[in-house]
Amino acid sequence: MSKKVAFLQGNEAAAQGALYAGCNFFAGYPITPSTEVAEVMSIELPKVGGKFIQMEDEIGAYAAVLGAALTGKKALDATSGPGLSLKQELIGYACIAEIPCVLINVMRGGPSTGMPTGPSQSDVMAAKWGTHGDHASITLVPASVQECYDMTVQAFNLAEKFRMPVLVMPDEIIAHMRERIEFREPGEIEIINRTEPTVPPAEYKPYDTRFGDVPPLAAFGSGYKFHVTGLNKMQDGFPTTKAEIVQAEEERQVRKVMDKVDEIVDFEEFKMDDAEICVVAYGSTSRSARYAVNAAREKGIKVGMFRLKTFWPFPDKQIKAIAAKVKGFVVPEMNLGMCSVEVERCNEGKAQILTVNRVDGEPLNPEQILVKIKEVK
Amino acid sequence: MAFDYEKYIRPGKLPHIWCPGCGHGIVLKGLIRAMDSLNLKKEETAIVSGIGCASRLPGYVDCCTLHTAHGRAAAFATGVKMARPEMNVILVGGDGDGTAIGGNHFIHACRRNIDMTYVIMNNYIYGMTGGQFSPTTPHMMKASTTPYGNPDPSFDIAKLAIGAGATFVARGTAFNASQIDKLIAEGIQHKGMSVIEILDDCPTTYGRRNKYKSVIEMMNRLKEVAVPVKAAEKMTAEQLQGKILTGVLFKADRPEYCAEYQKVIERAKGGAK
Repeated sequence: MSKKVAFLQGNEAAAQGALYAGCNFFAGYPITPSTEVAEVMSIELPKVGGKFIQMEDEIGAYAAVLGAALTGKKALDATSGPGLSLKQELIGYACIAEIPCVLINVMRGGPSTGMPTGPSQSDVMAAKWGTHGDHASITLVPASVQECYDMTVQAFNLAEKFRMPVLVMPDEIIAHMRERIEFREPGEIEIINRTEPTVPPAEYKPYDTRFGDVPPLAAFGSGYKFHVTGLNKMQDGFPTTKAEIVQAEEERQVRKVMDKVDEIVDFEEFKMDDAEICVVAYGSTSRSARYAVNAAREKGIKVGMFRLKTFWPFPDKQIKAIAAKVKGFVVPEMNLGMCSVEVERCNEGKAQILTVNRVDGEPLNPEQILVKIKEVK
Repeated sequence: MAFDYEKYIRPGKLPHIWCPGCGHGIVLKGLIRAMDSLNLKKEETAIVSGIGCASRLPGYVDCCTLHTAHGRAAAFATGVKMARPEMNVILVGGDGDGTAIGGNHFIHACRRNIDMTYVIMNNYIYGMTGGQFSPTTPHMMKASTTPYGNPDPSFDIAKLAIGAGATFVARGTAFNASQIDKLIAEGIQHKGMSVIEILDDCPTTYGRRNKYKSVIEMMNRLKEVAVPVKAAEKMTAEQLQGKILTGVLFKADRPEYCAEYQKVIERAKGGAK
């Protein structure tokens, strides 16, 4: 049997990916340029007995997602810049209470209302640093419509596996362009579900580290009773201010991700084998970068591309290894320098770093990137 | 035989954080009596709150309890109820949490008429942060941020709930303890959004600043201003001046949200749009 093929928009593909992953709850609020995700979910979810709710505001949407996720649902919300800003407190809540859920954030211009219909990549720092307090982040950055589908599946898997919020962040170009995509067959991508408790309800603790850094999560309404709070908490879920417990719990919540970086981080290396120059790109910018790399290769320049598929955790190890080999990095982004800050950190002063930045709502074109590649000394 | 509260209280979680003279404990006991009178299964009951003194209540009750972020109880609870309509979903919180920072979620939960019960403990003040004025602090009263008297007009929570579309709205007081459980129980049994406002007191941050000499004086005020709706019918406008109606203030029959969404599922599965 041939695969189901469709000509879809990135947002539509992300919604289809969510359904493949078993998403059965969506709460959202209308916002350009992510609204199509909500529209598709409003059509498809009730067909499979799932629930869709349009909430009164962005914060309420994410709150409803967290409430539903605690009852065992695989829950999704979709938004864009201003909505991401509004949800930040509750993203922190999901981190500390360890609630699995997925947020699709389509990147448009900012700050504030910015340019609602224009693309940008300026939310990548907000994805990690937007909410207050220490926490780990998992943020995926698709560069094609197929990746919007696949990465949303992956986002649910990571959310369930690590019991935390995961972000999928296509830029507006990726979210709104149309490409041919293949729907995945059942079983083609492994679907991961959260670990449920095996202990009887009376013995259950929602943060029981006897079971590792990612404790089993019971569902409200499944016979287990427990307490969930945004306060620093003990293993039984109740608040504490005891210094050693707070320290240990905070460290665990970061460690559960950072100890598994190699498992989480995904990337693509393009013509990197003999590269003396590395273009570090992601999202739609990587498509221009690929074109620029090919054009430069035709001119005999030894250049390759490292494409981030996972923005957070940042691929430190890979960028550090490249920094030791190449003479320069070129970092094109639709922001005034965000990924380049991370590249600088990993570079540790070794290679030259040139940036190409655009925040005018227009995509970075290959020629701009090619010019920078040629400037590397 | 005395009522056994212990079976609903989590072992080891008392004493509670509330000050001596605070009415929240009276509401907690009323809620427990209401749950017991309806034989609510603890593992089938979610108690959801926001932030503030009143929002600490869920931690003491042996159910599925969710202490959310400031103002967000109604939105989290909407997610819980939509996802598991078979669960009893009870919200608890204070006036600031519910009608200021959480005001939007509150009115929209009322509008949807989703089958949840919201017990709002209205003590006219932000107690946990030390006594700042809230949307229900009466005009010209003192709070730590209204040192010259409160310039704001105040919300009537029950009217707000009725206006927004809640289909069961009641009001009680911390003084009239034996009425609290009956109002909450009736609210839980009502199919739709029920709001039970309990007029409460905060001797520590409100009473002190507003010349109440004692908790007894604050409780006596609640007793004096409260007029049961039935009694009010026989009173003149003049007699009702400065009084606050208590009892079941509003009841209506309107489609419940989860049931309406179930119809959406049926229409979608049937191929209709």
